[in-house]
Amino acid sequence: MTASLNARNVIVALVVAGLMLLPLYTSLSGNVFALTLFTRIVIYALAAASLNLIMGYGGMMSFGHAAYLGIGGYAVGILAHEGIGSGFIQWPVALLASALFALVIGALSLRTRGVYFIMITLAFAQMAYYVASGLARYGGDDGLTIYKRSDFGGLINLSNRVQFYYLCVGCLLGGIYLIWRIVNSRFGLVVQGLRSNERRMQAIGFSVNRYRLVCFVISGTICGLAGALLANNTDFVSPAAMYWTRSGDLMVMVVLGGMGSLFGPVLGTIVFLMLEEFLSQITEYWALIMGPLLLLIVLFGRGGIDGLLGRLRRG
Amino acid sequence: MLLVVEQFLNGLQFGLLLFLLAAGLTLVFGIMDFVNLAHGSLYMMGAYFAATFVAWTGNFVLGALLALGATLLLGIVLEFVALRHLYGRDHLDHVLATFGLILFFNDAVRLIWGPAGLALPLPAWLTVPIAIMPGVYYPAYRLAIIVVALVVALLLYLVVMRTRIGMLIRAGASNREMIGALGINIKLLYTLVFGLGAALAGLAGLMQAPILTVQIGMGENILILAFVIIVIGGIGSIRGAFLAAIFVGMIDTLGRAFLPDLLRQVLSSTAASTAAPALSSMLIYLLMAIVLVVRPEGLFPASRR
Repeated sequence: MTASLNARNVIVALVVAGLMLLPLYTSLSGNVFALTLFTRIVIYALAAASLNLIMGYGGMMSFGHAAYLGIGGYAVGILAHEGIGSGFIQWPVALLASALFALVIGALSLRTRGVYFIMITLAFAQMAYYVASGLARYGGDDGLTIYKRSDFGGLINLSNRVQFYYLCVGCLLGGIYLIWRIVNSRFGLVVQGLRSNERRMQAIGFSVNRYRLVCFVISGTICGLAGALLANNTDFVSPAAMYWTRSGDLMVMVVLGGMGSLFGPVLGTIVFLMLEEFLSQITEYWALIMGPLLLLIVLFGRGGIDGLLGRLRRG
Repeated sequence: MLLVVEQFLNGLQFGLLLFLLAAGLTLVFGIMDFVNLAHGSLYMMGAYFAATFVAWTGNFVLGALLALGATLLLGIVLEFVALRHLYGRDHLDHVLATFGLILFFNDAVRLIWGPAGLALPLPAWLTVPIAIMPGVYYPAYRLAIIVVALVVALLLYLVVMRTRIGMLIRAGASNREMIGALGINIKLLYTLVFGLGAALAGLAGLMQAPILTVQIGMGENILILAFVIIVIGGIGSIRGAFLAAIFVGMIDTLGRAFLPDLLRQVLSSTAASTAAPALSSMLIYLLMAIVLVVRPEGLFPASRR
């Protein structure tokens, strides 16, 4: 893969450099808020990247992806509540639970296509939301406070904001690297082929649902990791993390950044969350602006930010 | 026995309301191939309009009719201004655009009516309990909902099955390109269908308003149920939506009412009281999962595309 000096690559490089150097800026300027904001942005970027794997590359429009944020978060929260504070136990459980959920939901949902698939994934995520709301022992609707972040022994202290931020950035870059490897592997090519022309792939002899299911499970697991990070970030987990509007937010981040591009989700998340932040500083009724803005983006923005940058290159 | 009859009627009432909501959704999807997430917002607007107009006019029926008209108008305006540009696009575009509309409507309602919900009080003649069977009383308003919803369902059936417009609607659900080729004014048909869907959603919202509070985001939860019903019933099929809606309404209501007691027979009391609410909310989705496994295109699909 030859890296050329075009607009897109320059911007991506700048963004990654910016993310790496952010703690330097915040420690110099004392602006801690920027650090907490960007920790949240990086975590959501990881979730958006995982959604991009199945949406952009796989063509599976899942409207229930926020469920994995909740499952990963609740794995950490429930174990912490029951006295198991070690990250070495919590995080693998979070990943395993997300993978299991993705396996079951995927096996059922992938029997459908198109808009049915969108609605089914939405419904299953809402089911997870209602189940979590009904767990009175773990806070139910009010949510569950996590009094101590995941303990990793002497390895890393998650209560230290800077260390936690770098862990999140590391997970994001690691996740993107993993996605890059998957997408460029034979498996990834099959999944992309299935997005392009399912019937032809079937005729060639590929087992459609099996490849899609594996992709779905991988995506859910990565998002479960994001969920565990999120729970640690907010020291709190509640069913609201799984509410369908969160899934919608994730979809917007992916589409905004450009579906099927590697760093698109990162750019999309940054723009979306910063826009949200910026608009809520201006007015309490930020959704009045955000909503129609979204509509306009859908009507006129082809290919998201990544597509825009690509056109600049050719421009 | 009394409880069973009452819950049965509650289930029927809930199912019929869900049908009104799902019918609009399945019509719009079946004919225009348009996924409208903002349908829940129209449901919410119907309730808010009703609360406002009933307070203004002081008359429940008049206020309800005005609210119905207002929601119909809102639907038509929405279709004309924003949504008609999205026909023919990918479903994902529909989902994202209408998702933006949901955000917009929620905040618009908050701006105009404030964050606290509204109340829609019932007039005295609707609060009396009516004896449907000797010794069995049921609230008049809930009976009214059942009657109105059944009448509307019947009207919908007559319109769709026995009029020319209905024939166009059914033809559109089966084969969209063909009716365009046959020279029908597609744009007008689409606008009318969307308006009809909006009116049905508004009706469901305003009828439900006195029972549940009128609040921001009330449409979202019930919209998911409407989607589940459409999946179970088959997209584009009103008959499927009707049967699936009644079924879902019954299962949800009866499940929530009787599952805790059933579980208490089998499990310990504490386990039952924790498991019951979670399980009863899951019932609908389990049902949907079963239908998906057995018959992914729905129980009564409209077309054989």
